[in-house]
Amino acid sequence: MKRRTILLSMLPILAIGGLLSFKSLKSSSDAPNAGLKLPEGFKADMLIEGIGSARHIAVTPQGEIYVKLNRARNGKGILLLHQTANGKAEVKTGFGNYSGTGIYIKDGYLYASSNEEVFRYKLNDKYEVVNPNEPERIVTGLLNRRQHESKSVVLDNDGNIYVNVGAYSNSCQERDREKGSMGRKGCPILDSAGGIWEFKANKRDQHYGDGVHYASGLRNVVGLDWNQQDNQLFVMQHGRDQLHDIFPDMYTVQQSAVLPAECMYALKKGDNAGWPYIYYDQIKHAKMLAPEYGGDGKKEVTDKYIDPAAAYPGHLAPNGLLFYTGNMFPERYKHGAFIAFHGSWNRAPEPQAGFFVVFQPFKNGKPDGKWEVFADNFAGSPQQAASGRAAHRPCGLAQGPDGALYVSDDTGGAIYKITYKK
Amino acid sequence: MITETYAQKKKPVHRRTSAHVVKGGLAARIAAGKEVYTKYCLTCHQADGYGVPNMNPPLIRTEYVLGNKARIIKIVLSGFKDDVEINGNTYSNTMPAFDYLKDEEVANVLTYVRNNFTNKASAVKVSEVAPIRASLKKK
Repeated sequence: MKRRTILLSMLPILAIGGLLSFKSLKSSSDAPNAGLKLPEGFKADMLIEGIGSARHIAVTPQGEIYVKLNRARNGKGILLLHQTANGKAEVKTGFGNYSGTGIYIKDGYLYASSNEEVFRYKLNDKYEVVNPNEPERIVTGLLNRRQHESKSVVLDNDGNIYVNVGAYSNSCQERDREKGSMGRKGCPILDSAGGIWEFKANKRDQHYGDGVHYASGLRNVVGLDWNQQDNQLFVMQHGRDQLHDIFPDMYTVQQSAVLPAECMYALKKGDNAGWPYIYYDQIKHAKMLAPEYGGDGKKEVTDKYIDPAAAYPGHLAPNGLLFYTGNMFPERYKHGAFIAFHGSWNRAPEPQAGFFVVFQPFKNGKPDGKWEVFADNFAGSPQQAASGRAAHRPCGLAQGPDGALYVSDDTGGAIYKITYKK
Repeated sequence: MITETYAQKKKPVHRRTSAHVVKGGLAARIAAGKEVYTKYCLTCHQADGYGVPNMNPPLIRTEYVLGNKARIIKIVLSGFKDDVEINGNTYSNTMPAFDYLKDEEVANVLTYVRNNFTNKASAVKVSEVAPIRASLKKK
């Protein structure tokens, strides 16, 4: 991979960015609820800030927090945080000299991913990593072509790990993101990306060929979780970008800002969600033929592709999904889904949106009723959200042993803990 | 729109130019360049030129924008598919080719970018775009 470095000072830019977000940055960790807006009875603490690009997180039964960093810092891509008194945490240790997103605890092991591989670390009875420098490499050789490169992971209850491999493309055009460029016939990306692969959780050095191509037609999944009630994998897809930029005659700027939906899918083995051939329109409640493949913003599709379990407004970037199984929060939250929406960029010139954690009520393992914003204002202010100059962006979600909800932030490097008092 | 408000607050250069539009002059070139920017560049690089973390690089006082004009003309005409690292941040989204823009549009949009977002650099002339387009076609 070629990499070009610019040495010119960027200090003036930092100064501008600082001015825009000064008010919130200065006070957010000490502000009530760390600057977040929450439903009545909930409380948020910012445990720590500035630890780096905190992607997914996992909390141990002892209440310690493993954080996967998108960029390793000082040779450490995984941090272990220890909670101290007064709603704070400190970095206890770090290891894993690789960048990435995925991290998950299951059956005595910590699983973590780089953008090409998946590792696991044996945990002792205190859930500490026994040998941080010698993980088992579980999966290797996954595609990383700079776009949608993160590899999120989750495990089921039968010894399998599910890994997302995002498509290295927006919509499988002949020329990626170019105005008017049509889709590649029989999109060749789908043979090794744009889907979910299933591997054995305990077998070393698996390649694509050792795994199961579990689900396809998923452009990019970052948030995913195993639903214990339904014993089923749920994923959040990042929908395609730039309908107006690429097909200005078919979509207005305003349509392009809200379409297509960010979709939640309940997956079964062999499912195909239809990327790049279709997208989901959450206003029409319909699968639409993609313009790259002959669509015009009106042609619907009713064939083999699965329907989403739920659909959300466009470009909000769902990076974290967590089914809540704890007892701390009120009963209505139990078995429902929390979704961390990282925040949009592709809505410009319309105002950006997202930068919040949503709650999606569930009943019997299926979405039931309308979603609601649960934790808002990670951006710092409505202006910072609209401009996209967010101070914090929610990314990963995890549940603590007492039922507290943890949220990571890969922009301000913060970890939030959200609790409820009856 | 809030993004517009931000943009206007931070763009004294632009306000001045729109008040003194001279046909063919720098002010007119910048104004015409803003239209091109709004239509083709703004979605990714944003109204304030700040870009998008990890994805789309900023256009604010970077060497790419202020430095060698031939390089940035080439980027607009052929796109950009390498990772860019600026002050420890990496930007990796694909930039498509904008070779369907006219030489004049390329010159105007680059003149706008080089004189906006607190940038101050010389204008890009139409005569500087044409030879680079020709050299890219030969390859």
